[in-house]
Amino acid sequence: MRRAVLIVIPYLWLLALFLIPFVIVLKISLSDVALARPPYMPQLDLSEGWAGIRDFFAALDFENFVFLTTDDLYFKAYLSSLRIAVTATLITLVVGYPIAYGMARAAPEWRPTLLMLVILPFWTSFLIRVYSWMGILSNEGVLNQFLIGLGVIGEPLQILNTNTAVYIGIVYTYLPFMILPIYAALEKMDESLLEAAEDLGASRLSAFWLVTVPLSRSGIVAGCFLVLIPSIGEFVIPSLLGGSDTLMIGKVLWEEFFSNRDWPVASAVAVILLLILIIPIVLFQRSEDKAREAGK
Amino acid sequence: MVNEKSFAPWDDPDARPLIRFERVTKRFGDFTAIDDLTLDIYEREFFALLGPSGCGKTTMMRMLAGFEEPSEGQILLSGRDIAHVPPNKRAVNMMFQSYALFPHLSVWDNIAFGLRREGKPKEQIEARVQEMLRLTRLEKFARRKPHQISGGQRQRVALARSLAKAPKLLLLDEPLGALDRKLREETQFELMDIQEKTGTTFVIVTHDQEEAMTVASRVAVMDEGRIVQVATPDVIYEAPTSVYVADFIGDVNLIRGTARARDAGPAPEPDAAAPEAVDPVPGAAAPLPQPEGRRPQPNAMGKWLHDRVLYRILGRRPDEPRQLPPPEPARAPAQPAPAPAATPEIPPGGIEIRWSEDTPPLIAANGDPALDGKPVVLALRPEKLGIARERPAAANLLQGKVIDIGYLGNISTYHVELPDGTMVKAQITNTRRVSRRDITWEDEVWLSFSPTAGVVLEE
Repeated sequence: MRRAVLIVIPYLWLLALFLIPFVIVLKISLSDVALARPPYMPQLDLSEGWAGIRDFFAALDFENFVFLTTDDLYFKAYLSSLRIAVTATLITLVVGYPIAYGMARAAPEWRPTLLMLVILPFWTSFLIRVYSWMGILSNEGVLNQFLIGLGVIGEPLQILNTNTAVYIGIVYTYLPFMILPIYAALEKMDESLLEAAEDLGASRLSAFWLVTVPLSRSGIVAGCFLVLIPSIGEFVIPSLLGGSDTLMIGKVLWEEFFSNRDWPVASAVAVILLLILIIPIVLFQRSEDKAREAGK
Repeated sequence: MVNEKSFAPWDDPDARPLIRFERVTKRFGDFTAIDDLTLDIYEREFFALLGPSGCGKTTMMRMLAGFEEPSEGQILLSGRDIAHVPPNKRAVNMMFQSYALFPHLSVWDNIAFGLRREGKPKEQIEARVQEMLRLTRLEKFARRKPHQISGGQRQRVALARSLAKAPKLLLLDEPLGALDRKLREETQFELMDIQEKTGTTFVIVTHDQEEAMTVASRVAVMDEGRIVQVATPDVIYEAPTSVYVADFIGDVNLIRGTARARDAGPAPEPDAAAPEAVDPVPGAAAPLPQPEGRRPQPNAMGKWLHDRVLYRILGRRPDEPRQLPPPEPARAPAQPAPAPAATPEIPPGGIEIRWSEDTPPLIAANGDPALDGKPVVLALRPEKLGIARERPAAANLLQGKVIDIGYLGNISTYHVELPDGTMVKAQITNTRRVSRRDITWEDEVWLSFSPTAGVVLEE
């Protein structure tokens, strides 16, 4: 009995906060835009009984999804989001791996402190942190002032409102999600494996490629997905740091919803985004299962 | 190894060692792990470094593997100083205590790892891996990952991997620690077998003295960064040179007292440390069976007659090799021992040890008379003691009460308390069934041992 209650709680949670909202969004994506409140048609009218329900379902169609294929803005936005997210994930991996490696090789008494430092930024609001990057990267910002002061550059670099700023923002924001799983994988690695590799004739570098990297694979995969999935749909970073030519699907969705007040199209964009995200999520879960099986 | 008479390069002054530690010191900060240590290890040896944890044995092994550099001194491999050669450039391989098998690689790939680093052609690698798999009987498991095989199999993979490159020297760090007793014993013999087949020099680090005695051609007993004694297992056991070694190796009774030189006979025993065939109850022992291929030896009485009396006429017998009696001496059951009418003859010379006010001194005919007046320890192995209810005729007698009996199946250990409270252990082979033995708890018993049963050590 108690077990049943325990199992029911997460399911209720998923039902109330994920499945029902998704069904509502799906329903809106199949509706038509209307000058009304809420701004779409049809509304379900239960007072008319069965006839009302039948009319309601009859009015739903895939018009909005068809519309998305007619304007290549959406396709480009999806593609560009994916490209930016993948690039940013790779940069995060390159930056995060050495940090995680250094942490895992640090003296044991230092590790909790280092871990703390990685998690520390979460104590400040995400929005404020992204805003502060505007202050750093703008033409009159700290970075440009510093470089001009050093005499490295004559005039300020245009970083803010470019894709570079978006990459910086994503890498900065999601770095802990890359570091932590890689650290977890590296930390439990037996150091005698590296000694064994060296003993068998491998150089330090080849021991790293042949032993350390394969053994931290599960951490790398987890970290990459944890960064990739939220950055595809990222909205705050491109709208605050990106420029007019930064095309990301999160921004498009926001504009459809608030500027155009076209809820049905915005919902259709969201549904497609969700479908795109489900692919890496399923891949991620499969690799997790595999890792768990191998660990047994 | 004990029976391999011809193999004793350490006794050959012309033999060149494969490894030479020359006044090696290793410090970690303030801590001195290895203290001015000099040691030779010869080719084809199975050399054991034995000691309690923290004695520096692992540091020595890590210096051989190249993971640590000596702070002072030289380590020579085939005459070449290897102190600063990195581990991947040494013809030395190591089998790690944790096995350190690569969990993401199959058994086959684990064994091939070192060969691939050498950039050998594919066919050669394949042939060598097959050979290693056959040697360690792992053919069936080649495709499995380390987590899919048992502990014993993992141990064999680790061995195969470290042997694959045919190193000049193989280091084994507590290789059998993770195995259960039965498997460990089997594996010990397997290791010896493989060592013999491959002809590789093995250096094994262990804290398990039984393991060291079983597998090694020579054992180095270590304590606090120094080597206390290096010798063949039988000498380590029968003729320890210090109380530390006597106490560390096997079970021992230590009786402390003061030495007093005895009247020297016509010729005092020249070699006090030589182990002798021991006869706990003189008169009751059957002659030792001689293994094949051994030259005939005089029996105890004949030998005594010759060495003490007749040698003046006939000349000395050639020194007999330091050999132990075979592992299962056909010793007569110690009890019941009907006391012979005559007291046994006690060889003259040596020392007697006064250790208690109320009892006659103990006679150690193999003791060095130069120890006269010094405090000494008589180290007596429990199996060298006889135990009986009736007073036997023996050179040395101790009376006491049986406090405890440890029954181990093949042998029993009797814990006997002497009147002054000292506990003495005596070990008897159970040639009779339990019900037929007559000594039990609380019995007053006599412990007896021959004048040469113990080893006299300076405190």
